Amino acid sequence: MSEYLLLLLGTALVNNVVLVKFLGLCPFMGVSKKMDGALGMSMATTFVLTLATAATWMLEHWLLMPLGIQYLRILAFILTIAAVVQFTEMVIRKTSPGLYQVLGIYLPLITTNCAVLGIALLNVQEKNSFMHSLLYGFGSALGFSLVMLLFTGLRVRLALAQVPPAFSGAPIGFVVAGLLALSFMGFAGLA
Amino acid sequence: MLLSAIVSLTLLGTILGLLLGLAARYLKVEGNPLVAELEQLLPGSQCGQCGFPGCIGAAQALAEGSVSVTLCPPGGRAVAQLLAAKLGIEADLSGVADNVPRIAEIKEEICIGCTRCFKVCPTDAIMGAAQQIHVVFREACTACGKCEEVCPTESVKLQPIPATLQSWYWNKPTGALA
Repeated sequence: MSEYLLLLLGTALVNNVVLVKFLGLCPFMGVSKKMDGALGMSMATTFVLTLATAATWMLEHWLLMPLGIQYLRILAFILTIAAVVQFTEMVIRKTSPGLYQVLGIYLPLITTNCAVLGIALLNVQEKNSFMHSLLYGFGSALGFSLVMLLFTGLRVRLALAQVPPAFSGAPIGFVVAGLLALSFMGFAGLA
Repeated sequence: MLLSAIVSLTLLGTILGLLLGLAARYLKVEGNPLVAELEQLLPGSQCGQCGFPGCIGAAQALAEGSVSVTLCPPGGRAVAQLLAAKLGIEADLSGVADNVPRIAEIKEEICIGCTRCFKVCPTDAIMGAAQQIHVVFREACTACGKCEEVCPTESVKLQPIPATLQSWYWNKPTGALA
């Protein structure tokens, strides 16, 4: 049990997918202007990432490995991820039209969110078991959501702050992201 | 080896496609079919001049009847008439300028290559780079006028489409017919 807890903590904080591995930066900068959008994006990405890690593990171990066609891994993974994202989009459109409007163009863009493919490939590289893979994906998604919400809170406050004209807008956003990444490096002490 | 790769990926694609097709059927959203038809009539450049985030938003508002059919500036009179016909209402077209079709044109001698116009172009109809004179692709321009607003030197202007061999036509006959 504690092993799983450690894995979750490790992927969410110590090896944070956005601020330590620098994956999935597009939604991190793109959808972090408003809290509800960021919350929706985090939940959608969590859902997709967890589902995609499970799907890609099965694909890798039940299809690619037995047939010895691991060289088609990226192609097959992207295909699966795209299908999962499409499915998520349909579910969200059906269940929550409001969230569907808020996420807008960013929802289909989860397909090309490098975090989703990156985590799936890292799982293969580290030869994780199914349960480990699932937790790895879920933990990374939790880390993504945490950072996303933290950063959105910061940016909402930044919008009201007096920023020198040269830095206002995206530049100060990047500076803040850098500082946040620096502070997340502190979690390396936990490992 | 090669065969197994082809067969397995084909199967994977087919199965995923089938599942998505089924999901699309079961998770279908009952939308207003009128909205889709109205969206087809709008220019589709998502320029936002009507005040909605895109043509789909404008189509929804049109279907609800909360806005006038003359809301689309790039569409002009032609689109307003089409929309009125689709909605079955009489449109008051007096406020719509009957513009001749126009496209953006860049005066090369005063373009400073600031790249602002091609950043705002919704249809990627402007080509250029920093410090280089920009050009407009006539086929892609929808005359939304966004480039005209941001140009610091007023070198981008919407101009009537110049007559070419393909578009030139005789003037309509004037004067009394016998």
